[in-house]
Amino acid sequence: MVSYLLIILLVASIASAMAGLHRARRQRDLATIKVHSRPIYHALNAAIWTGVPAFVFLLLWTLGEASIQDMLVLSSFPGADQLSGPERDLLISEIRQVQAGNLFTEPSPEILAAVDHLKSLELIFNWAMVAVAASLASIGAFFGYRIIQDRYQARYSVERSVTWFMIFSSIVAIITTLGIVSSLVYEAYQFFTKVPFAEFFFGTRWEPQIAIRADQVAGQGAFGMLPVLFGTMVISALAMAVAVPTGIFSAIYLTEYADQRFRSVVKPLLEILAGIPTIVYGFFAVLTVAPAVRSLGLSLGIDAAPNSALAAGGVMGVMLIPFISSLSDDAFAAVPRAMRDGSYALGATKGETIRKVLLPAALPGIIGGVLLALSRAIGETMIVVMAAGLIAKMTLNPFDSVTTVTVQIVTLLIGDSEFDNPKTLAAFALGLVLFTITLGLNLIALQTVRKYREKY
Amino acid sequence: MSAAATQPAVQTSKRGTAVNWQSSEMLALRKKRYAADRRLQAYGMLAIFFALGFLVVLIGTLTFTGYRAFTQSMVTIDIDFSSAEINRENPMESNWRTIFRKAVIDDVGELSRSEERDYFSMFTSSAPFLIRDQIIADPSILDGRASFTVPMSDPIDQLAKGLVDTDLPENQRRVNDKQIELFNKLEAKGAISQPFNWGLFFNSDSRFPELAGLAGAISGSFWLLLVCFLISFPVGIAAAIYLEEFAPKNRFTDLIEININNLAAVPSVVFGLLGLAVFLGWFGLPRSAPLVGGMVLALMTLPTLIIVTRASLKSVPSSIKEAALGVGASKHETILHHILPLSMPTIMTGTIIGLAQALGETAPLLLIGMNAFITSPPSGVLEASTALPTQIYIWADSPERGFVARTSAAILVLLGFLVLMNSIAIFLRQRFERRW
Repeated sequence: MVSYLLIILLVASIASAMAGLHRARRQRDLATIKVHSRPIYHALNAAIWTGVPAFVFLLLWTLGEASIQDMLVLSSFPGADQLSGPERDLLISEIRQVQAGNLFTEPSPEILAAVDHLKSLELIFNWAMVAVAASLASIGAFFGYRIIQDRYQARYSVERSVTWFMIFSSIVAIITTLGIVSSLVYEAYQFFTKVPFAEFFFGTRWEPQIAIRADQVAGQGAFGMLPVLFGTMVISALAMAVAVPTGIFSAIYLTEYADQRFRSVVKPLLEILAGIPTIVYGFFAVLTVAPAVRSLGLSLGIDAAPNSALAAGGVMGVMLIPFISSLSDDAFAAVPRAMRDGSYALGATKGETIRKVLLPAALPGIIGGVLLALSRAIGETMIVVMAAGLIAKMTLNPFDSVTTVTVQIVTLLIGDSEFDNPKTLAAFALGLVLFTITLGLNLIALQTVRKYREKY
Repeated sequence: MSAAATQPAVQTSKRGTAVNWQSSEMLALRKKRYAADRRLQAYGMLAIFFALGFLVVLIGTLTFTGYRAFTQSMVTIDIDFSSAEINRENPMESNWRTIFRKAVIDDVGELSRSEERDYFSMFTSSAPFLIRDQIIADPSILDGRASFTVPMSDPIDQLAKGLVDTDLPENQRRVNDKQIELFNKLEAKGAISQPFNWGLFFNSDSRFPELAGLAGAISGSFWLLLVCFLISFPVGIAAAIYLEEFAPKNRFTDLIEININNLAAVPSVVFGLLGLAVFLGWFGLPRSAPLVGGMVLALMTLPTLIIVTRASLKSVPSSIKEAALGVGASKHETILHHILPLSMPTIMTGTIIGLAQALGETAPLLLIGMNAFITSPPSGVLEASTALPTQIYIWADSPERGFVARTSAAILVLLGFLVLMNSIAIFLRQRFERRW
């Protein structure tokens, strides 16, 4: 329905642009004075006035429509005002299911009445939408057409609209951040009304199984995030242990030792590692690396889990190599030539110059890069979802299996999720923790890099 | 040994300290220093070889496990329809399972009841329906004998590709002795073939590996990228132009810039949470729909796109801008007619690379339910669908042996698309990009 309206709206805008173009050309030819704007601006102006208000209306309408209908249906449903929030959600989804024709049991007469109400509401809403959109478009077209005069400043009007669109586009970044923060905080707040604050942040047991029936034995869930956070740190540390030395050494070789040809071949090849989707790494970790790690552990006499932290962390480390390598590369390149030459003049070898002069000078930049990589490792999802474990354990043994924040978020939310269950809401609380940690790391890293850049 | 080498390294006299660089101590020291230098170089080489070796092993393993899924074992069976009990008015109504079983059983002769069951399970379980659909498409087949080529079931497919170890005891493999015997019989007749597996590209998802294909996932990814492009491209360029050319330098624009830089580093799973809570929860948009996925991916791609666009706008020499302004163009006209067209190649390159990243993104799509089991390709942005990376995730989780090869093959297809997109980006850059 909406898509047809959008197409009709597009056609209407083009039509009013054509009409406007025609009228503006005639006006220009008849005019005795110099016209202000070229005909194309009058045409664009007419198209904008026709299309944009109706388009914005349609967008807002489709986003808000469903929740307003739900509210109206519930307000006329007998006894709905005594229901709690989740019960209302359940009721409305039942009404929607019946309306869509998915009958599991014979619905009660109240529900059938509500379905009829919903149907009539939808009809009214659809007609109202068409009527409002059509009148907005025709009023816009009328004025856009009538306003075409030889002295009308159509170009200014069009440019103003374009500027407003550009300002709105820039604000999208802020809206996104606000959306992330508000949704995480809101759902996490819901979570903390069910699970105490202290239990989540300081609890050492993570068993997010919630009883489906009240008398179920396995019922009691535990939501202490410390073991989950600990697992995240273990896997990130393993990843950094692989990525940091490899990344820095390869950057040293590529910037200081390698010749131009070697560099121009190897650098793009390294970049490929960064371009491979993480799900591919995850599958590779499960298929090849995890069995290899397991047999390595068994040959060392350690009882290695099939989904060991080492496999997930190691593969994640490889993914981060090009990231650290290219950031270190930039840091080395920013060290002034004079420092290098000074070191050589004193008789230092190339290696000594790198270790004693370049590395300390480039260190802030490298640390910034390492912090950014660490933030990526903490937020990385698919590798650990596929290759790490599900059970939260506090262990430092890299051959054991641990779980991470991102794994828990994904496993808690996969499948059908209801927004009233602590299990679902716990994912948002974990998301908030993840967002805060990565945001902090990013800010520190960007600060370090910026500070360092101003130095030379 | 020369005389210099035998003298002490450091001699102190009245005139000061003199170092004898030729002494054996100094020689040893130099040797050590050069060795350290070479060691550092070796570490660098080692690091690069480790990274590249990993890449080779990664691609090699995936190719090695995946290439088999590009062929599929098929069996050709003859069916004589003149004697079959078929409702000729309405072929849809006939009992196709019986017709199919009768036709294949004629080929091999007497079998006991359990052997019959083993035999039927060698063909894909929807073989009767594949035949039915061919007949409905062309009813003239019904007049006489006709031969049909249908896929064999997953264990037999593994057997045909030589992946089943027939030396193992019978209860440790998924193909029993009778099935091997029947398979050899069919093979001797020349009924078995291994053509290119077009089903991998033209079938949708299925519970049976021999029928599962990527058509749904590829079209889902197409819709996702289309939505992502339609939102992020205009919004990204508009935001970049505003921030680069129009925005006054004040706290508000600083805030926008900090926001953009931070969003570029927010984990993708957090964007998934945003999509789940805001687009599905608050706005009530449909689950698993490419529209929602595309919107989430667009928000993720925006920061990258804005940063790339700003850099390319900045690289256009100011003389061009000043010339346009000098002959009386407005600021908007200058940007729209001169600066934007000149920086378009770079912007397009950045956009394609951003879309390639979006194509491989999995975690946010999992959270908005694009990992559902869906057996038909979506025909629009509001229909439930999967995407290439989520299809890989589903298959990687499936227990059937055949899905291991399918997963690798799907990954190869995904990597193929990424290579294609990146090559287009590189081509655009080399062909059209200007260096000022």
